[in-house]
Amino acid sequence: MSRWLPKTYLTLVYILLYLPILVLVVFSFNSSRTGYRWGGLSLEWYQSLFNNHAMVQAMWNSLWLALVAATVSTIIGALTALALHRYRFRGKRMLRGMLFVVMMSPEIVLAISLLALFLLVGIQLGFISLLLAHVTFCLPFVVITVMARLSGFDESLPEAARDLGANDFTMTRTVLIPVIMPALLAGWLLGFTLSLDDVVVSTFVSGPSYEILPLRIYSMVRVGLKPEVNALGTLLLVFSLTMLMLSQWILTRSKR
Amino acid sequence: MKRRKGWPRMHRVFQQPFKTAVLLLVWGWLLLLVLTPNLLVVGASVMTRDPGSFLSLPLTLDSYRQLFDPLYLDVFLNSLYMAGVTTFFCLLIGYPFAWALSGLGKQRQTLLIFLLIVPFWTNSLVRTYALKLLLATNGLTNNTLMGLGLINEPLKMLYTEGAVIIGLVYLLLPFMILPLYSVFDDLKRELLMASHDLGAGKLSTFLHVTVPLTLPGVLAGVMLVLLPAMGLFFVADILGGSRNLLVGNVIKNQFLDARNWPFGAAASVLLTLAMAVLLFAHRLSQRRLGEEAQT
Repeated sequence: MSRWLPKTYLTLVYILLYLPILVLVVFSFNSSRTGYRWGGLSLEWYQSLFNNHAMVQAMWNSLWLALVAATVSTIIGALTALALHRYRFRGKRMLRGMLFVVMMSPEIVLAISLLALFLLVGIQLGFISLLLAHVTFCLPFVVITVMARLSGFDESLPEAARDLGANDFTMTRTVLIPVIMPALLAGWLLGFTLSLDDVVVSTFVSGPSYEILPLRIYSMVRVGLKPEVNALGTLLLVFSLTMLMLSQWILTRSKR
Repeated sequence: MKRRKGWPRMHRVFQQPFKTAVLLLVWGWLLLLVLTPNLLVVGASVMTRDPGSFLSLPLTLDSYRQLFDPLYLDVFLNSLYMAGVTTFFCLLIGYPFAWALSGLGKQRQTLLIFLLIVPFWTNSLVRTYALKLLLATNGLTNNTLMGLGLINEPLKMLYTEGAVIIGLVYLLLPFMILPLYSVFDDLKRELLMASHDLGAGKLSTFLHVTVPLTLPGVLAGVMLVLLPAMGLFFVADILGGSRNLLVGNVIKNQFLDARNWPFGAAASVLLTLAMAVLLFAHRLSQRRLGEEAQT
């Protein structure tokens, strides 16, 4: 009994975790308008999705934002991880602590604090405010991804580079960056996904000038059921799954 | 080279332009976009509401007093209760889950962890919406139950507190499982066997060895579930109808609709304080374990 009980339990939990997603995917191909009953196979919701100009625009806006936010946070996050790994400096513990707190704090706390800042400083709510906010919440995740990679890394290589006369910048470029490349890619993919999915922070810091996908979905699903959302959700699911598999593939391949 | 105490001398700063630039960049970012905004929120919470410019003087603690107004106190306590129930169910499901998972072969563990983080990478809004398909009055669950003849009338599940709790558990479960899995993964099987060899029964080993050793994971999980469970306003909006169910809804309404910034800020400070308490408890439990391991 003690053999099959844990396995049954695990299977059960996984079924519950995946059931809603499965239903969503199946219903995205449902031709029935009401959304609850099966009316036959159809692609009409995908069609109506791509005929919706505002939706397509929001999709592009989101992708562009996620691309820039992931890139900026990967650059800053990787540099931070390198600094934390290599240097002694004052306030190192505080820096780590602050990153940890950013990662742990409820999103809504971060959201309103940034809204307060943007309105006070006079940054118009739109692309720039979204970008600053997204980079901020992605940053700690990139830092820990890169730190994890650096912690398992042979210290003699950078020492050797230094002995051969390389300065910090050259050493970082020629030795460290190639070593942390997989972590950079994984961190970038994670940042991209976090940015693409964020609802809470974006609700506060976005303006009418730059509409992004999660907020458009939010306004659609607050009332009633919209079959287009099934189609959109399925697309997002396939997209995220691809990203995740890519990131896992990069990380495991580099370990060998 | 002898390391000097005190602030770095200028010539050292110029010797290491790379280090200086990196540190300036990250500190600049964190000070401008994390520390300053949070101080602003604390500042806003002790100011007076102003319809024109959001905030004005004089300084006052009225917003904190307003938190204890029965109307809002009810919301807060109810939100805390719902977050507590959510955390309880996450722990109830997650603890045995992490335990069972850590007992499997390494390769299978990797695969199952992957399957666990797939939802984490998929849009939470879309997943909340998917639950709506299952819970609606004429939704799948009701149709199935009625089709099987188990119930005659559809159960009212959507737009109840229960639906919101289901949604929160569904979204936050991986955040409970992952820290738990990491402590179970570190747990030395030898310790359990030693306890068994020393004559402890299964229950006794569980209570005196397994539970204390996995406590930091439990606390980390609680931290990652309890606070977001109070803040995820969109779950309450989508599954609970448009009522002020969670602290997150209150904060959002105060900032975006009612324009009462001081009050919204005070509510947020309250959440931050709750986080500080939980972080402290987590550190304490880790430190205690560290000391015990050394002796």
